[in-house]
Amino acid sequence: MGKLEQAGGRPEARERYRAGVMKYAQMGYWDAGYVPKDTDLIALFRITPQEGVDPEEAAAAVAGESSTATWTVVWTDRLTACERYRAKAYRVDPVPGAAGQYFAYIAYDLALFEPGSIANLTASIIGNVFGFKPLKALRLEDMRLPVAYVKTFDGPPTGIVVERERLDKFGRPLLGATVKPKLGLSGKNYGRVVYEALKGGLDFTKDDENINSQPFMHWRDRFLYCMEAVNRAQAATGEVKGTYLNVTAGTMEDMYERAELAKELGSCVVMIDLVIGYTAIQSMSKWARRNDMILHLHRAGHSTYTRQKTHGVSFRVISKWMRLAGVDHIHAGTVVGKLEGDPNSVQGFYNVLREDHNAVDLQRGLFFEQDWGGLRKVMPVASGGIHAGQMHQLLHYLGEDVVLQFGGGTIGHPMGIAAGATANRVALEAMVLARNEGRDIWNEGPRILEQAARHCTPLKQALDTWKDVTFDYASTDTPDFVPTATAA
Amino acid sequence: MRITQGTFSFLPDLTDAQIRAQIEYCLGRGWAVSVEYTDDPHPRNAYWEMYGMPMFDLKDAAGVMAEVDACRKTFPDHYVKVNAFDATLGWESLRLSFIVNRPKKEPGFGLLREEGAGRTQRYSVRAYATERPEGERYT
Repeated sequence: MGKLEQAGGRPEARERYRAGVMKYAQMGYWDAGYVPKDTDLIALFRITPQEGVDPEEAAAAVAGESSTATWTVVWTDRLTACERYRAKAYRVDPVPGAAGQYFAYIAYDLALFEPGSIANLTASIIGNVFGFKPLKALRLEDMRLPVAYVKTFDGPPTGIVVERERLDKFGRPLLGATVKPKLGLSGKNYGRVVYEALKGGLDFTKDDENINSQPFMHWRDRFLYCMEAVNRAQAATGEVKGTYLNVTAGTMEDMYERAELAKELGSCVVMIDLVIGYTAIQSMSKWARRNDMILHLHRAGHSTYTRQKTHGVSFRVISKWMRLAGVDHIHAGTVVGKLEGDPNSVQGFYNVLREDHNAVDLQRGLFFEQDWGGLRKVMPVASGGIHAGQMHQLLHYLGEDVVLQFGGGTIGHPMGIAAGATANRVALEAMVLARNEGRDIWNEGPRILEQAARHCTPLKQALDTWKDVTFDYASTDTPDFVPTATAA
Repeated sequence: MRITQGTFSFLPDLTDAQIRAQIEYCLGRGWAVSVEYTDDPHPRNAYWEMYGMPMFDLKDAAGVMAEVDACRKTFPDHYVKVNAFDATLGWESLRLSFIVNRPKKEPGFGLLREEGAGRTQRYSVRAYATERPEGERYT
């Protein structure tokens, strides 16, 4: 290879395709002068090369292994317009404050991807390369999806605006609760929790991710009792109510069967788990679109690959993929609750899900401008270890278009489930009212709640019960950026 | 019972000063406020009667309050709500919607069931008040 290196640039074709092994950078997967086209898909990886591997070569290797390359030169490249099909690493920046790690920008031509298929997109970009030996670790941090590609996806079947119109609920976060205990309740007892929570003031209740069809409660039984509860609560309050019936099952045939019963019983929403896979999610999205159903996604399993900063796939990328794939709700963090969630990172996920257009926002981990091409918006769901006493913080961090889910914070109320639901609803409405009146809810929040509790005993009891509960641990997944950095 | 549609139904009925503060919030964001009323509060009744057009060009909370008052005076035993419409691209729907008047007595809703195969039920919610003709309910 000495001859090639002397040449200093791209080898002549005859040299380039000589049988043997060659550096990825020399094979054409590194091009510092490359200017991405508007139609290119751009991936930003955090790479941690092995000792002695220079970052440009590592970036080129990622580009190669996630597009056309294999470990050795193949002459059959010459039967293709291979320049076009090669991904191009074009920029490598050291990660601020993290020695040995680099942000690598890689551009992929639109022709590499099948329209409307998350499976194809992910098989390309994360299919092979994450086990590649010259890298110690690899993380997909962000992705710029060209609008031409975005338009090949249907996106959310309902979206935030239409969901609000269907539910006739505006101007405040929606409220939900996951039925607890997660396992063991019979269908009849399970429906009791749903009824009490909805009648007490919640908009939604939810099956947990692992509630499918177990010996203690078969799915049909759950659906029938839950819909009795939903309809009783609608009659008791005059409001539209819903319960996320989890249709996750072992096969698509089973999922369709369960979703059809949910529809027949008049449910406005069905639920799936992330672990069913991208193709199954897209199939259920099409079903939901055909049947005017809100599609709730529980991100079961995501922390196995989203939490560690050096390896895996950032949740902001999963958020982008799920908006394309077409879900209406997705769990995206609470900031203040029991699960991982740095405020900036979580707001970045929320912006990806909710905005028409994302600006570059390094502080929130958004490396690219993203035009969503009119794709509907996904309602983020905040769930896990939150309670009424945090209402001002939740509204401050998460805004209005979010489902706040208080599971333990509803069902664990000392006076019962309906009282827990009422406490949450009163706290929420009081906080929104105060915010709209121009009050400083961040600082006055506890006082606003205390005032609201004067006309609502359940809220007073909730505040007394959980007043000191916080989950104050350092976050693992925080954006790395230099505050003065300018937009790329 | 108390129908809990609308943004603030779990709070004590809003005072005029509170209603006005919410209207000011909406006007400050450039939203068009409108007033609607009904005596059919079924949760799926999407079309309450419009008390005039949305006030696209009215930027004065006092003016909006006058409309709210006029509607409440004309229909003291109806449900009256204030809506705020945001015409921004990508939203083009309501941003806020809250009840500002309700009948003194709210009899609520009955739940009708029709038995189906396999223990399924077809449910129907019906307001007791709507068994009487429009305009004669809640009186």
